Amino acid sequence: MAKLASTFRNMALSLTVITLVAAAALAGIYMLTETRINQQKQEAELSAQKAVLNGDENGTAVKVAVDGFGGKMIVMVGFAQDGTILGYKILEHQETPGLGDKATWWFKKTDKPAQNIIGRQATGQFRVSKDGGEVDAITAATISSRAFLKAINDAYAEFKTQQGEEIEAWSGASVIMTDTVQVAEPDSTQTVEMEVQNE
Amino acid sequence: MVYFLIFVSAIFVNNIVLSQFLGICPFLGVSKKIDTALGMGAAVTFVLTLSTVVTYLLQRLLVMWHIEFLQTILFILVIAALVQMIEIILKKISPSLYEALGVFLPLITTNCCILGVAILVANGTDKLPIGADHNLLTGTLFAFATAIGFALALVIFAGIREQLSMYKLPKAMEGTPIALLTAGLLAMAFMGFSGVV
Amino acid sequence: MNNGTKTFLNGILKENPTFGLVLGMCPTLATTTSAINGMSMGLATLFVLVCSNVVISLLKNLIPDKVRIPSFIVVIATFVTMVQLLMQAYLPAIYETLGLFIPLIVVNCIVLGRAEAFAAKNPVGLSALDGLGMGLGFTLSLTVLGAIREFLGTGAVFGLTVFPENYGALVFVLAPGAFICLGYLIAVMNKVLKK
Repeated sequence: MAKLASTFRNMALSLTVITLVAAAALAGIYMLTETRINQQKQEAELSAQKAVLNGDENGTAVKVAVDGFGGKMIVMVGFAQDGTILGYKILEHQETPGLGDKATWWFKKTDKPAQNIIGRQATGQFRVSKDGGEVDAITAATISSRAFLKAINDAYAEFKTQQGEEIEAWSGASVIMTDTVQVAEPDSTQTVEMEVQNE
Repeated sequence: MVYFLIFVSAIFVNNIVLSQFLGICPFLGVSKKIDTALGMGAAVTFVLTLSTVVTYLLQRLLVMWHIEFLQTILFILVIAALVQMIEIILKKISPSLYEALGVFLPLITTNCCILGVAILVANGTDKLPIGADHNLLTGTLFAFATAIGFALALVIFAGIREQLSMYKLPKAMEGTPIALLTAGLLAMAFMGFSGVV
Repeated sequence: MNNGTKTFLNGILKENPTFGLVLGMCPTLATTTSAINGMSMGLATLFVLVCSNVVISLLKNLIPDKVRIPSFIVVIATFVTMVQLLMQAYLPAIYETLGLFIPLIVVNCIVLGRAEAFAAKNPVGLSALDGLGMGLGFTLSLTVLGAIREFLGTGAVFGLTVFPENYGALVFVLAPGAFICLGYLIAVMNKVLKK
């Protein structure tokens, strides 16, 4: 078959047809994947909640965002009813790989009590030891550690507010957003389990 | 103050080439002479700022019509069309400017820092300093500052390469390898800015 | 060696996109912080390369010369968006890590370069093989570079610890290490291939 000549009609026609076919194909794929993408997002959220609550059915998961070293850091923290920290998960961060990003596990190393925060009673006043506090910062990543503890403190303040108490959280950076996820309701806990069983 | 910090952050701390790895191809390709580096830098600044404004507004429409999945395809087409338009307009209005920037314009469509920054700003994921909101103004400033950062890295790099071309190197190291090593050292120097903002 | 094998091997060895043609540097440097990240990026690019090569080769006579480039870009961008949607749906974790660099496959010079230099002139079968070869060559070099950086920086390869992390030179995972590693790797390839 001979190649189409570059007349204006041919050019406009072929470009239009290609673009239309492309858009139609994408719309098709989009419709096929849409539910699955939303499902994935929900599952990620649910599994994060499950992880930070560590099996406690009366716990509350609180999601907060703070400014880290490299950008926004979003942390989900699980509290037992008495304010004990059950677990945490860093959902989003832009900390330096190999330094600040160690925050994803550093503060839950239960065999290192000086840096571990899991199982501690939250006070809203956590600081790194360098600032006269009680938690050891990540080696060579003090700013990321401060940001992380700030997130924990903010989360605790939010948790307290929900329980009807106002507390002043120590802060080293500004709050951008707080968003509480209530999973303490018995029926919502059941949904969590059901969804997981479906998987 | 925040607006000033956007500049410091985008030019030094999060330099687009040396810490975000966008626009490496022109960075390696058009950096043998300072003059061409300056020309490329100016052309990128022009296109990047303009295309970011246009794509930011386009994204608003996409969100309104719920067709965000067409983002990539529409953005690249808009950028390609914009580059063509700038070329035509420059030719008519300012032949001298066209002469200076013209040769670089066709290369810019496939410069990934243009599409990259457009997507970052449109999605509100551009790295802004603490306290800055994501909106059209900060997005545009971010794009402009990023382009300045690109131009700065390019010119410094070209300066070093001009000097470097006078030395005799082991055969295997000539060309790309030594350029990459130089860029590595430059990136290390720019790492010193981290944490400033 | 027949034509097909030659086309296929060309992309892996002689005209390897990373070491031979030095194309697609942005994803090469940015996503090779670990072997697995490098490999995922390579595979995503491979998918786009094969699909766009096949479609462009099929359409080559229906596209007038003057609108060649925009048409190619539309075809490539379509497949890139498909990869984006599919990865979001089935591999969300990897999609998060690679982030911006998935949509940026559109402006990866390798993809448009192969469309223009090969697929627009050759039959479908050969174009598919060319895409496959180039894609595998790209995946291979990204995986190798990722493995080296991960090893030097954290003491692990594909997440398997070889030596304790404390002895790793972190700089190799950070930006400067990317440039330096790739620089030496290309120098070694130059020496080996005696160019």
